Amino acid sequence: MLHEKLYDYLLHLGDNSMILGQRLGELCGHGPELETDIALTNISLDLFGQVRNYFQAAAQIKGGDATEDSVAMLRYEHEYKNTYLVEQPNEDFAHVIVRQFFFDVYHQLILNELMNSKNETLVAIAKKSIKEVDYHVDFSSTWVKRLGDGTEESHEKAQTAVSTLWRYSMELFKATETESWAAESRVGPDLDQLKSVYLERVSSILKEATLSLPEETVFQYGAKTGRHSENMGYILAEFQYMQRAYPNMKW
Amino acid sequence: MENKTLSLEEQFQNRIDSGENIEAKDWMPEKYRKTHIRQISQHAHSEVVGMLPEGNWISRAPSLRRKVALLAKVQDEAGHGLYLYSAAETLGISREELNEQLNSGRAKYSSIFNYPTISWADMGAVGWLVDGAAIINQVMLTKTSYGPYARAMVRICKEESFHQRQGYEIMLSLCNGTEAQKAMAQDALNRWWWPSMMMFGPRDEDSPNTEQSMKWKIKKKTNDELRQQFVDQTVPQAEILGLTIPDKDLKWNEERGHYDFGTIDWDEFWDVVKGNGLMNEKRLKDRNEAWDEGKWVRDAASAYADKQAEKRAKKTA
Repeated sequence: MLHEKLYDYLLHLGDNSMILGQRLGELCGHGPELETDIALTNISLDLFGQVRNYFQAAAQIKGGDATEDSVAMLRYEHEYKNTYLVEQPNEDFAHVIVRQFFFDVYHQLILNELMNSKNETLVAIAKKSIKEVDYHVDFSSTWVKRLGDGTEESHEKAQTAVSTLWRYSMELFKATETESWAAESRVGPDLDQLKSVYLERVSSILKEATLSLPEETVFQYGAKTGRHSENMGYILAEFQYMQRAYPNMKW
Repeated sequence: MENKTLSLEEQFQNRIDSGENIEAKDWMPEKYRKTHIRQISQHAHSEVVGMLPEGNWISRAPSLRRKVALLAKVQDEAGHGLYLYSAAETLGISREELNEQLNSGRAKYSSIFNYPTISWADMGAVGWLVDGAAIINQVMLTKTSYGPYARAMVRICKEESFHQRQGYEIMLSLCNGTEAQKAMAQDALNRWWWPSMMMFGPRDEDSPNTEQSMKWKIKKKTNDELRQQFVDQTVPQAEILGLTIPDKDLKWNEERGHYDFGTIDWDEFWDVVKGNGLMNEKRLKDRNEAWDEGKWVRDAASAYADKQAEKRAKKTA
């Protein structure tokens, strides 16, 4: 039972990084300039590196023939536990940055907590990942400010992205059964407690960026429990393509 | 006047002949400058356009390990583009201008990137053959006379040889795999072999710039010599993989101590150079879209930087 919960919890952590990493990977070679192209690819690389750590641990728990790749690529859509936020498309650079920013601030909070987890594997992964994610927060916050307080056009685009994506933010903090188990057994953080710090941090950067959160938001929940958006099937169609078309092979 | 110019050129050539590097601020003949801008920027453009055919497989890489390696590889290529653009800038041309030359189609980039990557094995074949061919050219360039270019090449060569090994290793995994994987590898070799052979450029008799390039140490060997080196090094590698190189005339020539090989389809070569390859239009379209759609982002960054500078100035005033 404990192992099953831990396995699920590793999926919660890994799937967010994985789907966001996949989205960023789509941009490779198409960035607004080489420097940002390199930075976004770098973030994608960091995220996939973390995913490998989580899923190697998950595969060990699962046992049998399980590998990091079978955990990552051979599940059905409803078995993925990432949030709506990370599966949102690369609409434009403003959406890419704001999506990243909303996730990074959350990610940093989570990893900080995981460094004190009862689970040693999670502590080790968090300690390694936090340095990377501190940089991600720095990168996306800086770009939020550049876009928000840049030109009229960039402000408008950034504000649209904030208003569009904010509705997916609170799902990050709505604990699933697995996440509640993690909090109770001190494997993971109590998400509810992190919400106010999150709101403070996000609001403070947005304020500097002359951007604002929408006044009224109907938040969307469900992806974490397997009810994904229409985007997810297409993400997985590409992501799983080789594993599905050529099953049981080594690459 | 005439004499003075000649003597400057002579001195310049003497420096090159004695193995000295030419640096950005040194006097150089205008033709040397222009040739280098053209060559370095073509090289930079090739790195940047080269990100696209490989980027095409990032979202579909078959395993997490391969995905991470491919992301890192494409990122390295962007980095190479950056060093090379910087090296070109030392010769008095701006990034914007270079970019405009690429996007308008005036500047060339390596034709190899106008071929499509249609299977995962192409990620192996591109690394093994395309990077393999590129390294043969690039190792030579680490000794080229223009200092900033030579130094950029030293770093690039290290990373490229890593990419080549990575590509070969992808091929090796496929060839040790199932029939379907082997077939995928053979098909990729069939498609990439001849375009890779073309990467060394036209035959020596059709390559009018070779003599001047040799004098300036941009080249130490001719196109045909380099192509031969590529064939000789690649054939044994294909044998280890158990793959067949798609050239019925390929055979070891004991007398020459080299492999003989068949005739390259030069009509195809010139067609692709002229823009008629399967992917020419798409590659340029993608670069143009990235640049045009990125304009508001670049404008925002500079507007923000200006505002910040203004704020700092106000504070100190």
